Amino acid sequence: MSADREFEARRRALELRADILHATRAFFLSRGYLEVETPNRIPSPLPESHIDAVASGPWWLHPSPEICMKRMLAAGFERIYQIAKCWRGRERGPLHLPEFTLLEWYRAGIDYRQLMEECEDFFLYVAGALGTGPAISYRGRPIDLAKPWERLPVADAFARYGSVPLEKALAQDRFEEVLALEIEPRLGSPKPTLLFDYPLAFGSLARRKAGEPAAAERFEIYIGGLELANGFTELTDAGEQRGRFERENELRMRRGRQPYPMPEAFLQDLSRMPEAAGIAVGVDRVVMLFADASAIDEVVAFTPEEL
Amino acid sequence: MYSASDLRKNLRIMLDDDPYIVVDFQFVKPGKGQSLYRCKLRNMLTGSQVDRTFREVDTFQPAETEEKNMQFLYREGDAFHFMDNESYEQIALTAEQVGDAKNFLIENMECKVLLFRDRPIDITLPNFVDVMVTEAPPWIKGDTVSGNYKPVIVETGYKVSVPPFIEQGEKIRIDTRTGEYLTRVKE
Repeated sequence: MSADREFEARRRALELRADILHATRAFFLSRGYLEVETPNRIPSPLPESHIDAVASGPWWLHPSPEICMKRMLAAGFERIYQIAKCWRGRERGPLHLPEFTLLEWYRAGIDYRQLMEECEDFFLYVAGALGTGPAISYRGRPIDLAKPWERLPVADAFARYGSVPLEKALAQDRFEEVLALEIEPRLGSPKPTLLFDYPLAFGSLARRKAGEPAAAERFEIYIGGLELANGFTELTDAGEQRGRFERENELRMRRGRQPYPMPEAFLQDLSRMPEAAGIAVGVDRVVMLFADASAIDEVVAFTPEEL
Repeated sequence: MYSASDLRKNLRIMLDDDPYIVVDFQFVKPGKGQSLYRCKLRNMLTGSQVDRTFREVDTFQPAETEEKNMQFLYREGDAFHFMDNESYEQIALTAEQVGDAKNFLIENMECKVLLFRDRPIDITLPNFVDVMVTEAPPWIKGDTVSGNYKPVIVETGYKVSVPPFIEQGEKIRIDTRTGEYLTRVKE
């Protein structure tokens, strides 16, 4: 009985999810992207200090499809996208499920600034397909999806909304705390915010910014305070990438986590990957945005607790 | 020892040398960053609440609390006497330490007493307790409108709303978590 009621309450969100997936495919089809499927179960995830892959036998369930998609870029596929179920251990909260859906797309020959424009187009397209138009609201806050969105460097966001400047937050190891608790709630209304140029340590797979060696060409999309996507100009220097993975693994070990095997096949392919940019969009959170939902639980058929 | 990822509602941890219980908890993780754990905690000694944000590197000692099964023996003025079911040792709690539980404590009742460094700080009662109604206004015949309730007093001195047909000398069942009347108990 209670299960039926839950479904009834979620029906609108689940229908929205289907419409959003349909619009997503139509958008990428219209732009000449190839939809791909890569294995969900992989022999080694990319070493990142704060992402825990879920073991599946001696292998892992992928925390993101990026490793295989970049190898496809290297193999000559210039525009690809994928809608993939992903798994991350120890992540559960109002915005997190250990199993969730990512939309990732990669495009050769562009950098993160051009990718930001494509993101604007993508959200506008979805809003159009859903029939809402660019003016929506999320949690009582007005949103105007029309271009151009706000472009805000991370350092400026700390100066504007944080209790401490960026350098100090980094020195005190409080970057995430200030960002999540003080800055994020203020971003993305009425215009969506493209928060960009992260400290290099927070963009382990992103290209170092020319002329600004301490910054990575990474950006995040915030709409109505909700973090929706993470994109960057891809790092294509295999040597530098290897060094960054080693540092991430060191960080993992220092925090009592197991290091991951060096992804040799990926590093080998990276050296012939073209300049490109790519992004991961949280599909569940896109549904939350358009369904005006406050918790990710409201936009999935089942949460793990309901199984 | 607990790590931050063990934090959840009702976990009891030591903080600044006091025992705290997590009353509210939220997992926060900015993209690709380290996880944050926003907690509301209640000091189990003073009852005061604090907001704290922990990071995944933070660790905690479990609260030095111990739960013991005890039997309530009797009340003597402001002193509530209990017996430890294992050691048969007797302890006395003040009315303040007993708190709202005093409304439902009847002799020989089994309950759980929470101790912090041997000091009693909380009592958990059975969810339901059957008590005798000691004072009840008479039932006015004909007053059968549903939703009508009247106040009565039970043997512990607790005042509760019951349906009009409950009379003095009858036993009723109360939910100790809400303090509300559930049903009449037939002997």
